[in-house]
Amino acid sequence: MGIFQQLTEKPWLTVEGKEPAEQRAFSLESPHVGLRVFLAVATVLFTLFLVVYVERMTFPDWRPLSEPWVLWLNTLVLVISSAGFHWAWVNADRGDLDGIKTGLLAGGMASFAFLAGQLWAWRLLVDLGYYDMANPAIGFFYLLTGLHGLHLLGGLVAWFRTSAKVKAEVGLAQLRLSVGLCAVYWHFLLVVWLVLFGLLLLT
Amino acid sequence: MAYVAPAEVEQIPPAEVEDVELYHAKSWVTKYVFSQDAKVIAIQYSATAIAIGLVGLVLSWLMRLQLGFPELFDFIEPSDYYQFITVHGMIMVIYLLTALFLGGFGNYLIPLMVGARDMVFPYVNMVSYWVYLGAVILLIVSFFVPGGATGAGWTLYPPQAILSGTPGSEGGIILMLVSLALFIIGFTMGGLNYVVTVLQARTRGMTLMRLPLTIWGIFTATVLALLAFPALLVGAVMMTFDKLLGTSFFMPALVEMGVYLDYGGGSPLLFQHLFWFFGHPEVYIVALPAFGIVSDLISVHARRHIFGYRMMVWAIVGIGALSFVVWAHHMYVSGMNPWFGFFFATTTLIIAVPTALKVYNWTLTLWKGNIRFTLPMLFALAFIVTFVNGGITGLFLGNVVVDVPLSDTMFVVAHFHMVMGVAPLLVVFGGIYHWFPLITGRMLHEGMGQFHFWVTFIGAYTIFLPLHYLGFLGVPRRYFEMGETNFIPESAQDLNAFVTVVALTVGVAQIVFFINLFWSLKNGKLAGHNPWKACSLEWRTAHVPPRHGNFDDLPVVYRWAYDYGVPGADEDFIPQDVPPDRVSTGKGEV
Repeated sequence: MGIFQQLTEKPWLTVEGKEPAEQRAFSLESPHVGLRVFLAVATVLFTLFLVVYVERMTFPDWRPLSEPWVLWLNTLVLVISSAGFHWAWVNADRGDLDGIKTGLLAGGMASFAFLAGQLWAWRLLVDLGYYDMANPAIGFFYLLTGLHGLHLLGGLVAWFRTSAKVKAEVGLAQLRLSVGLCAVYWHFLLVVWLVLFGLLLLT
Repeated sequence: MAYVAPAEVEQIPPAEVEDVELYHAKSWVTKYVFSQDAKVIAIQYSATAIAIGLVGLVLSWLMRLQLGFPELFDFIEPSDYYQFITVHGMIMVIYLLTALFLGGFGNYLIPLMVGARDMVFPYVNMVSYWVYLGAVILLIVSFFVPGGATGAGWTLYPPQAILSGTPGSEGGIILMLVSLALFIIGFTMGGLNYVVTVLQARTRGMTLMRLPLTIWGIFTATVLALLAFPALLVGAVMMTFDKLLGTSFFMPALVEMGVYLDYGGGSPLLFQHLFWFFGHPEVYIVALPAFGIVSDLISVHARRHIFGYRMMVWAIVGIGALSFVVWAHHMYVSGMNPWFGFFFATTTLIIAVPTALKVYNWTLTLWKGNIRFTLPMLFALAFIVTFVNGGITGLFLGNVVVDVPLSDTMFVVAHFHMVMGVAPLLVVFGGIYHWFPLITGRMLHEGMGQFHFWVTFIGAYTIFLPLHYLGFLGVPRRYFEMGETNFIPESAQDLNAFVTVVALTVGVAQIVFFINLFWSLKNGKLAGHNPWKACSLEWRTAHVPPRHGNFDDLPVVYRWAYDYGVPGADEDFIPQDVPPDRVSTGKGEV
């Protein structure tokens, strides 16, 4: 039954002679639904930060910041990371354990590389003398990249647990679930980063 | 006979519900302390929330002592007073009511009412409680750091919240912000569970439109909270940056004690928008579960189906959606464009439409009902009256021209205490009197309950009606003492003293409620199965109180939760899991 039908149903009428149906709002597995609800919350959080960012820009003391070049490299690395997880997911559907391992390894390593690259970017900024926190553009840069980094670290916990599952040789069904969750999470991370990076570049 | 006694449950054809793997606790610690059972977590949440709520109550007494008898109590310094105000507000709104309705009632009732064995992510649910406990502990700790807790007011407006003139601007404000961040993280973990359990774990036949309204209220409130709390988190994180790292997100250029501060260019108004983008939905995060629970209490105790069920659902959803576009009505005096004010005044008045619709439907449910003045019913009726009273003053304040002169007076204090203090608490009490027999297997003592109800109900009005009047006189809120105010008659002080005496009395009388809880735990009348003869699934468990896993066989649902007084049926209620061919009609089963 579609969601619209479900919501327009007349509950006071008892339907006779019909076996009560199973009730799930979405055909996805529950952890996937949970993850998407969580990502919706994260989206609201990042959106609010961006709204405040844009709003704060309108004040006269705003001095734009020139972003370090290394961010371009980091973006590429994050794309690789996201692709790695997707590769693992595709192989999980195929039931190819080696493919899962390769994908997870590539995704995880690229994530660490991304984090290292972000720290490098911070370092470059400090070397350029950009640590005057009273400049809101600088404050926002550290805040937004830091928050995105934290979000990625949270994902790496999931990556670590998934890798442990690969090692413990749990069933393929369980592995497919974990890998799928990781892949969706990393795609989200990538999209958030692209939006953040785009906004930082434009302003 | 329609009512299937639990002993006969086996006769129902076994439910063809795909069962779930359930976590089983192995030791006492994992069963009762680090428990993953939603019912245990619910009790942990409730006990913690009520305990911290009592701290909030004592803080309000201290405030009332100062307001009623200024200069009599030397131990209350102005800075103490501001700390009491701030922490009282924070505790009551967030750490008590939000946690109690969603973490307490939500955890207990959602799995039982939708026919699930537990929440979908029990481990995350457990962590949610412990993070919440951490947030509560940090809040308490903030009283004992140098400088004490923050005295910035519960709205924590910058710049004053982090400047040295405000009490607790050293450690207190940081701990407050960290505690809020923890609360939000903990809540998000719980909230994911509540939402996904309602969406995905309903039993066979439990369509969305067969959910009891309690679940609709809690579900919608959780969605609101998941979307609104991030705004508070953003504000808290950025203010922490301003305080600790010297950024100027919210801080304008300032001179403090003749010294230029390093801040410059930030906007305190940005914080206000963020705060109220969370703060207004927060009102409904507390109110919607109350709406839902009251609907069920009224229906059960008036033995009548809820009037206009679908309207009630859509009203809950509509109020939830509208609550996101009214936030700036808290900021009329912040100097906004009149058109902006006009927009928010209009949306504010519009939100009264679905709310009034709910009140009409409650009243129409009572119409020709077989009303039983049980304790839950008394509290539910008291809620309706109180919510209407508090809501009407909300319409006053929603209009810019009326709000501006009344802003920051006791009228505002009276308004929000009626609408989101007293009203939801009445529902909390009603809910506890209603579900205590399920949770413990015993009834609460009727006499003590009657005493508690009348003292609380009449007491609340005796406290808060005079505050409306004081507000009209121009008595400001948040003032430590009046000082020289010629426009306020001296008799206002007598009224303040009267309110203080009543507040202390009503507060102390709550002891009767707690005595009742503990006394009835051992000595209450045995409740048996389904003492209120309710239709919803939580009363259909094989054991009372329900054990781990809730049901023996998962129930199958054939009808909505409001089949009271169905024509032709022998009994005046047909539980949700009774199939149509097993309803007794006096001529044998049909």
